[in-house]
Amino acid sequence: MLEQLMYAIASLGGFALLAGLILAVSSKIFHIEGDPVSDKIDALLPQTQCGQCGFPGCRPYANAVASQAADVNHCVPGGERTMLAIADVMGVEPKSLDQEEAIPMVAFVREDECIGCTLCIKACPVDAIVGAPKQYHTVIADHCTGCVLCLEPCPVDCIDMIAKPELLEHWSWPLPDTTRAQTGLERRESHQHD
Amino acid sequence: MIKHFFKKLGFSQAPFAGGIQPNMRKETEHSPIEVCPLPPLLIMPIKQHIGQACSPLVAVGDHVLRGQKIAKAEGYVSVPIHAPTSGQVIKIEDYAIPHPSGMGLTSIFIEPDGLDERDETLKPIEDWQHTDVSALRERVRMCGIAGLGGAAFPTFIKLVQDQRNPIETVILNGIECEPFLTNDHRLMVEHSQEIVLGMQIIMHMVGAKQGIIAIEDNKSDAIECMKKAVNHDDMGLDIQVLSLPTRYPQGSEKQLIEAITGKQVPMGKLPMHVGVLCQNIGTTHAIYEAVILGYPLTERVVTISGDAVPQQGNMLVRLGTSMRFIYAQRGLTDFDGLQILHGGPMMGERLRHPDIPVIKSSTGLLALSQDFFREAHPEEEPCIRCGHCSEACPIRLTPNLLADHCRNEQLEKAADYHLFDCIECGACSYVCPSHIPLVHYFRFGKGQAAQVRREQNFAEASRQRSEFRDTRIQREKDEKAAKRRKVRATHTPTEPNQGKE
Repeated sequence: MLEQLMYAIASLGGFALLAGLILAVSSKIFHIEGDPVSDKIDALLPQTQCGQCGFPGCRPYANAVASQAADVNHCVPGGERTMLAIADVMGVEPKSLDQEEAIPMVAFVREDECIGCTLCIKACPVDAIVGAPKQYHTVIADHCTGCVLCLEPCPVDCIDMIAKPELLEHWSWPLPDTTRAQTGLERRESHQHD
Repeated sequence: MIKHFFKKLGFSQAPFAGGIQPNMRKETEHSPIEVCPLPPLLIMPIKQHIGQACSPLVAVGDHVLRGQKIAKAEGYVSVPIHAPTSGQVIKIEDYAIPHPSGMGLTSIFIEPDGLDERDETLKPIEDWQHTDVSALRERVRMCGIAGLGGAAFPTFIKLVQDQRNPIETVILNGIECEPFLTNDHRLMVEHSQEIVLGMQIIMHMVGAKQGIIAIEDNKSDAIECMKKAVNHDDMGLDIQVLSLPTRYPQGSEKQLIEAITGKQVPMGKLPMHVGVLCQNIGTTHAIYEAVILGYPLTERVVTISGDAVPQQGNMLVRLGTSMRFIYAQRGLTDFDGLQILHGGPMMGERLRHPDIPVIKSSTGLLALSQDFFREAHPEEEPCIRCGHCSEACPIRLTPNLLADHCRNEQLEKAADYHLFDCIECGACSYVCPSHIPLVHYFRFGKGQAAQVRREQNFAEASRQRSEFRDTRIQREKDEKAAKRRKVRATHTPTEPNQGKE
């Protein structure tokens, strides 16, 4: 009787030890840095680093969403598409956006008014402003994400937000003008805003 | 395998998958090419080909000669642009181009002086058989030649000898399967000798042994002319004229290769990967002019047709000529209630007004009355799953499902259904009994997918810049802290006291 009990305990204990070893080894081999869900969400975000979501950048917002500390609908520049994609990753219901999606803008420095204080350069989250102390600064339009973080620190208010110029190569066909295509589009839009 | 067997026995009519037989309406096939007079103003957009735009080389006030380079190529996939006649550059600014968006592009405005003097710096290469192949290729590039069949892909890129993919067969594409268009047809009838010579130059350049001139059987006079020219000018190269049954879109490169050789060009590969090079008739004629005469590309043959044009016909037009001027030559001045098409009716784009210059890709100018146009494009109705579109598709896609995915912006699904293999030939839209604008949906889907990809690339670049900035700020902070620590370590608090004592 006791012998049988010993067998059972020994075999089960042995299995448990083996399983523990496998787990320990595989956790070393297949170790992943960081949080995969947060990485996935970060990849979906537009990386404007604008802080309009209330977090100091895209990565912190992604972390907050992944740990369910923030809702999926706070990314303003990402718009509808980003919100739906994040909701899909998190497996939650889509929510209506905080704000209406705006047209894409870029910052523009009026150079004859710039005093060369470098404050905007320090504020730019993506290093899209070039310049040096007491030299005119200018915005690299192709790198500007339109986050407006440079407007606030400028002491002489010489930065404007202008609409991003529409390029011929970036033009794409709109949906056909048929009633069917247009009603489908309207239905999709109203459905998403509910 | 079975299909090949049937084809050998002559049972199978279809030389490639799918296809349609539209009403060809080749009403201009017997009208000879007329020379269009010089317009009062020529407008040259700085991009007339697929690839990167050129940058202007001339300034306002400069006097230019015909054939003088006025804009230089930027990057590899680009060819220069030449002045179409002699005259003065009067301004350089944005102007409408033949593009469905109606957007403008930087254009060089030239006012002709009427003398039409040629720039003689480019010398003819008469001894091309013994000229280095790379010199000929450079000549084709310098002369600004891009595919004149409508796509306007820089031609010199295709004219290359690659050891891994040797080109065995050169196919001259005289199919011209778009309805209405007859410019290649007339070129073959009127300039057959030059075209055969151009083809020999191409074969010499790529080292091909076999040449095929493919012509659809609705152009019997062109077949005869080309046969005569080939027999007359036998240079020891194996060139044959092949008559193919009329079928749309046989003029599409990959479909033509399948029809002639039975080989399919794999997805994402080029014709040279199956040892074939395709060239358009007009392009071949332009290569002849560039090499034998030393003329850069400054003019092309354009078909002016459509039920609203009083005198339909073919014209040799200087690039940069306003379409309104060309229509006026054919007796059309009032565009009220008309639809203007640039290119053929199947793949061409609709233009909003005729004040647009002719460019290298302008194969035809059509003007259709509103009644004629609406007949082809009534309101869209729901899909009835008849499957005609799948039968007509030359790539064997399922257009009805693809259109659903594009309409609902399910772009990943659309990509799974091979949206990007669609050649936008329009065969599916043509046969659809519900009049669904299928190709329009595909263009929408492709545009949206490109937009998403662009946004992703931009986001990735921004993320890298932001991360780099964060690490830089951290590094600066660390360096400052390290410096401070160092200062503290050397100046111990006891030191100042000792100094006082």
